[in-house]
Amino acid sequence: MSDLRELYQEVILDHHKRPRNFGPLAAANHNADGHNPLCGDRLTVHVDVADGVIRGVSFEGAGCAISRASASLMTDAVKGKSVAEAERLFEEFRQMVTSGVDQAVEESLGKLTVFCGVREFPSRVKCASLSWHTLHAALESKDTAVSTE
Amino acid sequence: MNGHAANGSAVEQVNGHAAEVAAVEQAFRPAPFNVAAVRRDFPILQQQIYGKPLVYLDNAATAQKPTSVIDAISNYYLADNANIHRGVHLLSERATAAYEGAREAVRRFLNAAESREIVFVRGTTEAVNLVAHSYARPALKPDDEIVVSVMEHHSNFVPWKMACEATGARLRVVPITDAGELRMDEYERLLCDRTRLVALGHVSNALGTVNPVADIVRLAHARGIPVLLDGAQAVPHMAVDVGALDCDFYAFSGHKLFGPTGIGVLYGKAALMDHMPPWQGGGDMISSVTLEEVRYNTLPAKFEAGTPDIAGAIGLAAAIEYLNGLDRVAAAAHEAALTRYLEERLSGFPDVTLVGRAPGKAGIVSFVMSSAHPHDIGTVLDHEGVAIRTGHHCCQPLMHRLGVPATARVSFAFYNTREEVDRFVDALARVREMFG
Repeated sequence: MSDLRELYQEVILDHHKRPRNFGPLAAANHNADGHNPLCGDRLTVHVDVADGVIRGVSFEGAGCAISRASASLMTDAVKGKSVAEAERLFEEFRQMVTSGVDQAVEESLGKLTVFCGVREFPSRVKCASLSWHTLHAALESKDTAVSTE
Repeated sequence: MNGHAANGSAVEQVNGHAAEVAAVEQAFRPAPFNVAAVRRDFPILQQQIYGKPLVYLDNAATAQKPTSVIDAISNYYLADNANIHRGVHLLSERATAAYEGAREAVRRFLNAAESREIVFVRGTTEAVNLVAHSYARPALKPDDEIVVSVMEHHSNFVPWKMACEATGARLRVVPITDAGELRMDEYERLLCDRTRLVALGHVSNALGTVNPVADIVRLAHARGIPVLLDGAQAVPHMAVDVGALDCDFYAFSGHKLFGPTGIGVLYGKAALMDHMPPWQGGGDMISSVTLEEVRYNTLPAKFEAGTPDIAGAIGLAAAIEYLNGLDRVAAAAHEAALTRYLEERLSGFPDVTLVGRAPGKAGIVSFVMSSAHPHDIGTVLDHEGVAIRTGHHCCQPLMHRLGVPATARVSFAFYNTREEVDRFVDALARVREMFG
């Protein structure tokens, strides 16, 4: 049971039940849809970027606890950060849930390290990274759709 | 009636009648199914997952294999392995005899008229694609129609969609009721002089609905329309008689029938398949080749290009032999009892909604839970040793129709037990604890 608790940490369950930054974003100037064909989950990420800084970010959609909590924690983590910082976090997050990261990167990821347990669940890596891929797509270009496949 | 009963009280008479009824019921009741005995035939079930005994409830995805199937494959490779047909040595003769013997075993299993009507393929998907390619495409013209249903597995949907896109034909889709039953009135209405083929599932993999295939075939044949049935989810649960059904094509997979992966069956009426062009070119499907001309082989070799999955066919025959040794009526009754018991126990979960409530379902219980996403249910259950399937079950049009992105699905085989249902329900209570 111990590793299951590592996947579903309290922080994750909390963000799943009470997602932050959930809903439309009136000031959004970048949007993207994400789709995980494995489970049929879809989510939309809205971003308000000005002068290379993420002033506002939100997400909408339905998904499993991992994908919802990941989107919620992501929006908390990137709000107020520069686009470059957000992209760096995405890269570090991706590394953490696939191959693992060292202590320095863990410190940089901060609260996002609650997802380190996902690495032990290959079938759930896509759930955790869907929102990040979608954020990346939103930042790269306007109004596109991405898929985890 | 004897003197005592004639003079006896009304109570005695009623009791006497009840005993009589019970005796009659007993005589017609199938012998109880010996689950403990069959479980011993499936060594994979005797293992621990995360320290807990495995509860395997993902049989509709693939079924486990009895020792006799594993041994048949192993013995073939240990003693008889050779390429089939045209070999002049003894091993090749033995391998050919075993492979063609497997075809005959499938013919008897389906009650087909001739063994040449049995084509070995990789699985149901390949069988449907073969018919789409060799039967439908050459015949389809713009505005012709193929009838499928909204509950089809993608394997019995996409090949027809592709055939339609290539030819300008149209796909007509039979709707379902909210309970998950085919709308037979709509089905009948869709059949018309433009319909070239009906392609429907015998049993729904996502809902467990058993479709009225005899009526489906009868109504189509009344208008001269041939019928393909996707039997992937039917053959593991019931005896199928293609002779009596009179369907034109019937497809199933070995691995869902307790046989190996990589082998499946297309049954097709010889009268139709004789006129169908070959699908793939290569060895075995030809009778002669010159630089100028290729002459094709006859059935079934015409549709079996290249060295087939010989061991797979032998394994499939062993699975059929295993099933023939079971009381299949008792096995089906056992599965039905498990399904009823699980649905009863789930009714104690107010946050659980069953998806698919057709009467007489075949061993499948699909559901959603308001407090937890199917994916999370699947992961938590796995850690309790319980294997189920979660997702869209390769039925995205159906999920769309039902308004859910995914479901959690329990699918039974005859080796499952009541205790396993209890284990599943306990694990589900744990899901609610975490997410509720």
